[in-house]
Amino acid sequence: MSFSDFIMQNLTEFWHLTGFYNATWEHLVMLVVGLFFIWLAIKKNFEPMLLVPIGFGILIGNIPFNPTAGLEIGLYEEGSVLNILYNGVSAGWYPPLIFLGIGAMTDFSALIANPKLMLIGAAAQFGIFGAYMVALLLGFAPDQAGAIAIIGGADGPTAIFISSKLAPNLMGAIAVSAYSYMALVPVIQPPIMRLLTTKNERLIKMKPARAVSQNEKIIFPIVGLILTCFVVPSGIPLLGMLFYGNLLRECGVTNRLAKTASNALTDIVTILLGMTVGASTQASEFLTSETIRIFALGFMAFIIASASGVLFVKLFNLFLPKAKKINPLIGNAGVSAVPMSARISNNLGLEYDPSNYLLMHAMGPNVAGVIGSAVAAGVLLGFLA
Amino acid sequence: MKKRLLTFVVVVMACAAVAMAQGRRGLRINEVMIVNDSTSVIDDFGRYSAWIELFNSTFAPLEISSVYLTNDSTAPTLYPVPLGDVNTEIPSRQHVIFWVDGEHENGTFHTNFTFTPGQDNYIAIYDADGKSLIDEIVVPGTLKPGQSYARIADGIGAVGDAEAWQVRDGSSQLYITPSSNNQIKSTNPKIENFAKVDASGGAMAIMAMAIVFSALLLLAVCFKIISIIGERSSQRRKARALADTEEAAAAATGHDSGEEIAAIAMALHDHLDAHDRENTVLTINKVRRAYSPWSSKIYSLRQLPDKH
Repeated sequence: MSFSDFIMQNLTEFWHLTGFYNATWEHLVMLVVGLFFIWLAIKKNFEPMLLVPIGFGILIGNIPFNPTAGLEIGLYEEGSVLNILYNGVSAGWYPPLIFLGIGAMTDFSALIANPKLMLIGAAAQFGIFGAYMVALLLGFAPDQAGAIAIIGGADGPTAIFISSKLAPNLMGAIAVSAYSYMALVPVIQPPIMRLLTTKNERLIKMKPARAVSQNEKIIFPIVGLILTCFVVPSGIPLLGMLFYGNLLRECGVTNRLAKTASNALTDIVTILLGMTVGASTQASEFLTSETIRIFALGFMAFIIASASGVLFVKLFNLFLPKAKKINPLIGNAGVSAVPMSARISNNLGLEYDPSNYLLMHAMGPNVAGVIGSAVAAGVLLGFLA
Repeated sequence: MKKRLLTFVVVVMACAAVAMAQGRRGLRINEVMIVNDSTSVIDDFGRYSAWIELFNSTFAPLEISSVYLTNDSTAPTLYPVPLGDVNTEIPSRQHVIFWVDGEHENGTFHTNFTFTPGQDNYIAIYDADGKSLIDEIVVPGTLKPGQSYARIADGIGAVGDAEAWQVRDGSSQLYITPSSNNQIKSTNPKIENFAKVDASGGAMAIMAMAIVFSALLLLAVCFKIISIIGERSSQRRKARALADTEEAAAAATGHDSGEEIAAIAMALHDHLDAHDRENTVLTINKVRRAYSPWSSKIYSLRQLPDKH
């Protein structure tokens, strides 16, 4: 072999390893999707904490390379760095850590002060099971349908946890769909809320919630854990961590732990979770007709969940005395997109009456939605796993 | 302090011992072949020997060294599983085979006893203390060569419960499965049932929503009760505090004028020589830090961009 042949051969081999050589149109589509997510986050300020890591993860996961070269760089290649980081998603231990953080940063006072608001959080979970029925109609198997339907819970970590158990092959699409729609809550929910409520209903003013004692706040996570997990033991990983985080926050003697759980730990896990979920959307796995159906089902699940919450409040109001009526604008907050959906209730309430602040009232169903979606996830696991 | 530490160590060790014992109780005799004809598996020496399959029915790895295998109820410590073999750790929900050939010098998984074909054979596992029975079964003497006696499903059935066992002849229905699951599942029966009976998903929706509602309703009712109790007790506390204040005010009337209190305070001050001066001794330690521009924050950090 001549010297020039030797150089040419090596350069050709190198060329075959590059992204330019291995790129397909699917890769380019996914790179555009990743860039779109990053644009949404930075320019439109749509949930930047979620969309920047996911968007960048999509870029990382869709850089074309030769998978047969044995470079151990792909997310799905056993032993690669990305594969090790992805273990938190595939084995399902990132979501409970996120729930620990959510528990440590959530004040359940609104819910404790007005426990009947918990039922709104339960009603909104119909989004999950409505979507389950439609998914079955579209030909998905029951376990896949359950994994897709959980998008309706508007809870990214729960969606990842359930899909990792019930349909690991669909996890990328389900996770991206769940997080995308959570980011789009401000766009999806208001039209539904306007459509399903009358002007008079939107003007309902609710009585301010009573002050909640420290003891009640401490009892809540303990009793909450025992009651909900006795009903649905399969919800222990999520509910256990949620209530554990909340106890750290409320007990008053573990402030340092609560601070770490709600700040540093949640940030670290969010960084890794978002990036690896994004990277799991490799074009070959992601760009399929199933993904499109999952996105469509996810969208429908969100609509059903929001509508169920609002309609349930209207139904509930029929049985409540006039002084205790609930503003149906807080019904959408039954989905567990905390605190975005509660903020939307507040903003819409202020739009119709600038003195009607609904935020604290909406936080009740909102955090009940977190518990409700974790219970619903436990039910799906119990029935289908 | 030492006493506390000792108590802590004892508690931890007790918990560890209990946890270990609990784990080993999950060990099960799962399948047995008394006469291994040429239709079954061979051992690592190429011989057709009788075998016992053990199953780890727990969801954690199980270390079985130092447990005892026996075929004699009066000699529970007949064959101790040797220490120091990495293969004696059975992964979660997995199996291990012991060759019952009476040649324990051939390795860890060869017992020092044999079976007696044509009559009932007792088999038991005892824990490391040689007294705690983990599992036992009597293999019927009617078992023919090449047949196995197996649990119907892996690890299912109480200790010694013959109802949970069946004779397997290697046919398509009663297959012999050394080192493998006794029940081979190609599908998830739960999912199949849902697909068959609840094709529309209506039953799932009704059941699941009922459960979600019940869980949250239970929580709501519970907190309603807690809040009622809380409110009542706070009202009681308030009332008691009010009564105490009134009593104190009544008791104070006519006594302890400002002058009296000042005089008492002065007397106490003189008597106790009370003072509030702080100790003014300061200790200054010089802290040496090697400076390098590589570790300096001035050179390595930039202010993060902030979007307004």
